[in-house]
Amino acid sequence: MADAPSENRRRWMGLLARSPARAAELAAEAGLDAPHTLLRHPEIGSVMVRGRVGATGGAFNLGEMTVTRCSLRLASGAVGHGYVQGRHREGARAAALIDALMQTPEAPRVEAGVLARLRAEEAACRARRAGKAAATKVEFFTMTRGENA
Amino acid sequence: MYVAVKGGERAIENAHDWLAEERRGDRDVAELTVAQIREQLALAVNRVMAEGSLYDPDLAALAIKQARGDLIEAVFLIRAYRTTLPRFGYTAPVDTGAMRCDRRISATYKDLPGGQVLGPTFDYTHRLIDFKLAADGQAPEVRPAREGAAEPVPHVTGFLNAEGLIETAGDDGDAPGDLTREPLELPADRALRLQALARADEGFTLGMAYSTQRGYGRTHAFVGELRIGAVAVEMEVPELGFSIEIGEVVLTECETVNQFKGSKTEPPQFTRGYGLVFGQSERKAISMSLVDRALRWEELGEDDTGAPAQDAEFVLYHGDNIQATGFLEHIKLPHYVDFQSELELIRKLRREAVEAVPEAAE
Repeated sequence: MADAPSENRRRWMGLLARSPARAAELAAEAGLDAPHTLLRHPEIGSVMVRGRVGATGGAFNLGEMTVTRCSLRLASGAVGHGYVQGRHREGARAAALIDALMQTPEAPRVEAGVLARLRAEEAACRARRAGKAAATKVEFFTMTRGENA
Repeated sequence: MYVAVKGGERAIENAHDWLAEERRGDRDVAELTVAQIREQLALAVNRVMAEGSLYDPDLAALAIKQARGDLIEAVFLIRAYRTTLPRFGYTAPVDTGAMRCDRRISATYKDLPGGQVLGPTFDYTHRLIDFKLAADGQAPEVRPAREGAAEPVPHVTGFLNAEGLIETAGDDGDAPGDLTREPLELPADRALRLQALARADEGFTLGMAYSTQRGYGRTHAFVGELRIGAVAVEMEVPELGFSIEIGEVVLTECETVNQFKGSKTEPPQFTRGYGLVFGQSERKAISMSLVDRALRWEELGEDDTGAPAQDAEFVLYHGDNIQATGFLEHIKLPHYVDFQSELELIRKLRREAVEAVPEAAE
């Protein structure tokens, strides 16, 4: 379904979705901006998150989560979409802007200024957590019951 | 039936002002921030997200602050807010097999691929009040075992599946019913039951699950696996034409392994119960999987023992604490007209009783 460029795009959109507040901060820090028209003003809504019966079976509706979305078009014609977790109008707008700029010659600057940093921060945070989980890994030994074996 | 009444605006306004003042408490004590609640009362936040059926830690923390710590009131606020949101769509089912686990334990296998990972658990604590927390103590830092990406850990039921010892859960591809769109009707299929249980009151679900352990619809459950961690949430976005991750949620998943059934065509096999809940909510997830399993008696050809936990109508229609609170608390609202007719009725009955036995009155 997804060809290579859209696979990359999927990755950066997912990254932005997970940390919209930080994405907006880094975009401001990197001075990212470009004239654009909002196709869809930042809008807060929900999505219904689904699980699977018994982890592998049919789908069921688990509960909703909040999501904010935004779409815009740059003067160059590039259209950017942001779908981010939580209620983050600024974050959704930043995500849409970054998504649009990544389709222009600005891409390397956006990649270095925002995406690479986000990715590194996320990886470090995940590794810390994984390390802490690993520190709680146990070996249980079964004791013999009732007998002096 | 309660009735509309007029008046009392001034009293109501004053009551609400007083509520706000009491919520703030002693002004010599620092005010709680929403971030403090989110970070330091995280399990309360998780419970409000699960029963409010909306994953948003900041919002749940705010609701807890507004509700003065009354978690059912906070759930009520979340449910009410939820109805104001436009629904953007349904996600793809989350892949809990790819969970980045903070915790993952099995009561059925001591050695299992991926290992037993305790995570930040109350298990094995002494349940003694820790007075150091009342002082200004610094929390200890965990020394990570290593730095590196967590590897996905396989589901325990997968091992049993490989041997054919446990029933499999296959995907029929049907779109599940959604009780936020259509009111719950019976009989409810398993997908609907799981949705109802995922948002049901933890205390109610726990009581139901406990009753099965004590013999009311016994299912002989082992915790095959309990895992807590973050999973990606993916959704197809129409304007893109492909699916993207729109965030990640922390979930608690419990899979029970229960006693077998067999039939003329199938040899005995372990059966399964399933629990999946927003946040770190393991008491709720274990309870949910026990109740899920008990409700499957008919499908698995078991006897109806008349146990409450086997009664889908009883479980599903009484587990929602917002519905229950709404109906329960409405009896404190003005019922003056109803009560007036009751007064008249009892006076009449007493008059008749006295007239029928005149000597009793003397």
